[in-house]
Amino acid sequence: MKIAVCVSHVPDTATKIVIGSDSKTIDPNGVTYIINPYDEFAVEEALKTKEKLGGEVVVISLGKEANKETIRKALAMGADQGVLLKDDLQRDPVAVAKALSEEIKAQGAELVFFGKQSVDYDNSITGQLTAEMLGYNCVSVVVDLKIEGSKIIAEREIEGGREVVETSLPAVITAQKGLNEPRYASLKGIMAAKKKVIEEKPAQQSGKTLEILKMKKPAMKQPGRIIGTDKTAVAELVRLLKEEAKVI
Amino acid sequence: MANKIITFLEQRNGILKKSSLETAKEAVKLASALNYEVEAVAIGNNVEDLESVGKYGIGKVTFFKSESLANYSSSAYAALVSDYAKTTDADILLFSNTAMGKDLAPLVCVKLAAGILMDCVSLEVSSGEITATRPVFAGKALVEAKITSQKKIFTLRPNVFNIGELADNKAEVTAKNVENPDLRTKVVEVKKSEGKLDVAEAEIIVSGGRGLKAPENFHLVEELADTLGAAVGASRAVVDAGWRPHSEQVGQTGKTVSPNLYIAVGISGAIQHLAGMSSSKYIVAINKDKDAPIFGVADYGIAGDIFEVLPALTEEIKKIKG
Repeated sequence: MKIAVCVSHVPDTATKIVIGSDSKTIDPNGVTYIINPYDEFAVEEALKTKEKLGGEVVVISLGKEANKETIRKALAMGADQGVLLKDDLQRDPVAVAKALSEEIKAQGAELVFFGKQSVDYDNSITGQLTAEMLGYNCVSVVVDLKIEGSKIIAEREIEGGREVVETSLPAVITAQKGLNEPRYASLKGIMAAKKKVIEEKPAQQSGKTLEILKMKKPAMKQPGRIIGTDKTAVAELVRLLKEEAKVI
Repeated sequence: MANKIITFLEQRNGILKKSSLETAKEAVKLASALNYEVEAVAIGNNVEDLESVGKYGIGKVTFFKSESLANYSSSAYAALVSDYAKTTDADILLFSNTAMGKDLAPLVCVKLAAGILMDCVSLEVSSGEITATRPVFAGKALVEAKITSQKKIFTLRPNVFNIGELADNKAEVTAKNVENPDLRTKVVEVKKSEGKLDVAEAEIIVSGGRGLKAPENFHLVEELADTLGAAVGASRAVVDAGWRPHSEQVGQTGKTVSPNLYIAVGISGAIQHLAGMSSSKYIVAINKDKDAPIFGVADYGIAGDIFEVLPALTEEIKKIKG
């Protein structure tokens, strides 16, 4: 079975965000980019599924030349081939999903993994959009997955619990932390990844649906008050929460 | 053009979620600013008191009803909502940014060839156009954006939009029995975390970090949370150490939260954690290290020993709660 895994290349979560001079994007200077943390769970699950059911794993990433580092990381973990869809559509999830779905269709992948969200634009919908465009079933925010034949039983995280979802292939699964423990790339894997081909092609263009007007920093909170340094401050804290903040 | 807004009413176990009522109220506000009509759609089997959404200004609710729709089914729910939006020629759809809303809204988006903005924290109307504001990078920045396609979908962050004043009206509910819903994807079981409130929905969160020193000390956090009727949260460090489940993690690779009150206990405040909780209305920090970054975002702080302060705080709150 052909398995696709879609990965994004995002600023490290420790990054301090500085707004760029266009006031619409971040200033990339001094920013370290990494594989999107949730996508590591997606790659791991794709590899585990391949080990169990056989087949081939193709890694697809949409973005710029630098995304190759992230593709290379997934190849080093054990994916078979990589595709870079060159474009700069990242801020429009509908356009991103359109380009990804065209490539998945071309690859003939029946099972597709995504991370549940990218930690940059935090939309948490690219997997679902892609699934619907492909006409595939979709289970998002998955923390447990079983595939038997074409049947899928997945557990997804919801508020205060989990839903057990039954569906079937072809399908898109979006991975949540807890689904698995991503493996480290071995030295052998890293060496092998250098020889694997990353195919480059332009992303399919389609109508954009969004216009970003402005990016800004959230209003700074006023510096707070340290009320005390031991339990004698507790009574005052409770009074402030009750009378000033009115939250208890 | 029908100039219509549809707001989706989410139910769990037959009870409407509070976040859906916030969304309904915002839909009414939006409709009034745009001079649109507004109505609501609900899906389930037995949903309590759908008429009550009249209090939020909704006049009409269409309720798609079937035993097999009591639990969520993404394929069936998406088909019903999008078919209804097509039938009524609605241009704008609102959902809550919940586990269900995040799963459902994108499927509807594709079926309607709409544009979509997720997790909005404000919607402003000016000259008939909607500008949405949404956090990105887990709240380290905000983006203002508009949807350029004819059909527009917005999901709204829970706990952010004020419900405000309520009217004394009842909505007119039309139930439609659904024959043969599309159950390609269906929930066969819901496993509840025992008696716990989820951080994504809670109005008060008590979160613990590495300052608690060991997993067995987390009972101090749990006791305070119980006393306040709050959810228990955790920092990434203690989740990665295996002390607490990931579902409790607050921060950039956990949940972004906006409660009324966030009490951070023994959390120093890594940038990823601050990103996830700094939009809380009030923040209390209890931490030994007075230079910890958490105090930079806290409204009130106690720079002391949590093992001494926390039990005292629980006792004091018990007193006022009687």
